[in-house]
Amino acid sequence: MLNVGKIEEGFVLDHIKAGQSLSIYHHLQLDTKDCTVAMIMNARSKKMGKKDILKVECDINELNMDVLAVIDHNITVNVIKDGVIVAKKELTLPKEIHRVFKCKNPRCITSIEQELPHIFYLADEEKCIYRCRYCEEKFDMHSLERVKIM
Amino acid sequence: MRHLMNPLDFSVEELDSLFDLAEDMMKDPAKYADVCHGKKLATCFYEPSTRTRLSFEAAMMNLGGNVLGFSSADSSSAAKGESVSDTIRVISCYADICAMRHPKEGAPMVAAGKSLIPVINAGDGGHQHPTQTLTDLLTIRSLKGRLGSFTIGLCGDLKFGRTVHSLIEALCRYKDINFIFISPEELRVPDYVTEMLKSRNISFKEVISLEEVMPELDLLYMTRVQRERFFNEEDYIRLKDFYILTKEKMELAKEDMLVLHPLPRVNEISVEIDSDPRAAYFKQANYGVYVRMALIYTLLELGKKEA
Repeated sequence: MLNVGKIEEGFVLDHIKAGQSLSIYHHLQLDTKDCTVAMIMNARSKKMGKKDILKVECDINELNMDVLAVIDHNITVNVIKDGVIVAKKELTLPKEIHRVFKCKNPRCITSIEQELPHIFYLADEEKCIYRCRYCEEKFDMHSLERVKIM
Repeated sequence: MRHLMNPLDFSVEELDSLFDLAEDMMKDPAKYADVCHGKKLATCFYEPSTRTRLSFEAAMMNLGGNVLGFSSADSSSAAKGESVSDTIRVISCYADICAMRHPKEGAPMVAAGKSLIPVINAGDGGHQHPTQTLTDLLTIRSLKGRLGSFTIGLCGDLKFGRTVHSLIEALCRYKDINFIFISPEELRVPDYVTEMLKSRNISFKEVISLEEVMPELDLLYMTRVQRERFFNEEDYIRLKDFYILTKEKMELAKEDMLVLHPLPRVNEISVEIDSDPRAAYFKQANYGVYVRMALIYTLLELGKKEA
């Protein structure tokens, strides 16, 4: 069995659907942060069968919880201090998410209008459905594309 | 200041007032012939349209106002690369109200966000066409005497037809509506619509045969199968004449059933039906002018100034 050591300070994202950790790494823009990240993929899980885990050594405030909630609000967020879990953060679905994900509908005005903020609103909380504020196209979780930070 | 982006932007009560006003305008056009004197409507049409643009222009002229605008993106500054946000800021300096049609979905909403004048969505891609829905509702209310307590059959392209989706959403706010969706398998109403109806306990059924349900209908809303929605010409040719409303089929219908159609029609309604008193689609085009007159009057807050 492969062992990955503890982190002293930071957060651990647990119960990520197997195979999704790389996408979360990109959407949280962890590549732009000056911190160590451990990505554990296909770990055994009683609850899920297989799961991914992300261990990140940086301040929890640098984590965009809204982005994480939109991707999968069932992910567990453990806050680590001095090598132990000091808190578990609940993920709640944001009512709106601004300038994070791109609308992929080629007929949407966001595809041509310069500097228009891409906005999605929570259309159905029960089914976790987000829709584009402009064209109302359903947000497709399988083809997420992040808005480039200017 | 208010805009109209979606037919649901107005409450049922506000729609009632709008339709009362439209009916009053129909009864006494002279009373309203000069209420927009000195006002200008900008028709910003980034894609071609005959009925909608001319209906808006006729509406403004009937109110004594003037009209300016463009009827294709090529003849506007969009051809030079100007954004919708910039265009509406400029148009706001020239006109008092704007009707905008745009091929990109959500464009009128972007315009409304930057505009200093009321913006009416005159159709944005396959998304919304609220003034068509208001026209449909006014036609039903005026000719049936009520909005509610009827069975409506929607027939043809129920998958891509934006007028159908908007009409269903708008009718859901009224009581005792029974929907019958008549379409070939390939053009069935989208799942999100049927899911919405189920969640609100609204009665509906989906059938393929028009003849089978004809005797049940109080209203029949026919739609055109649109060539531009198909990637495959073969599919279009196979489906375009799937439903043709003929005299024989009309014989199965109730005596007071009404036939509606957002127009343009191609083959789906035989011209022999035009003389049938139940054919209401040309009357519907006439109601379209009055509902737009009432809308312009309301958004310009002309009634408030008089009060």
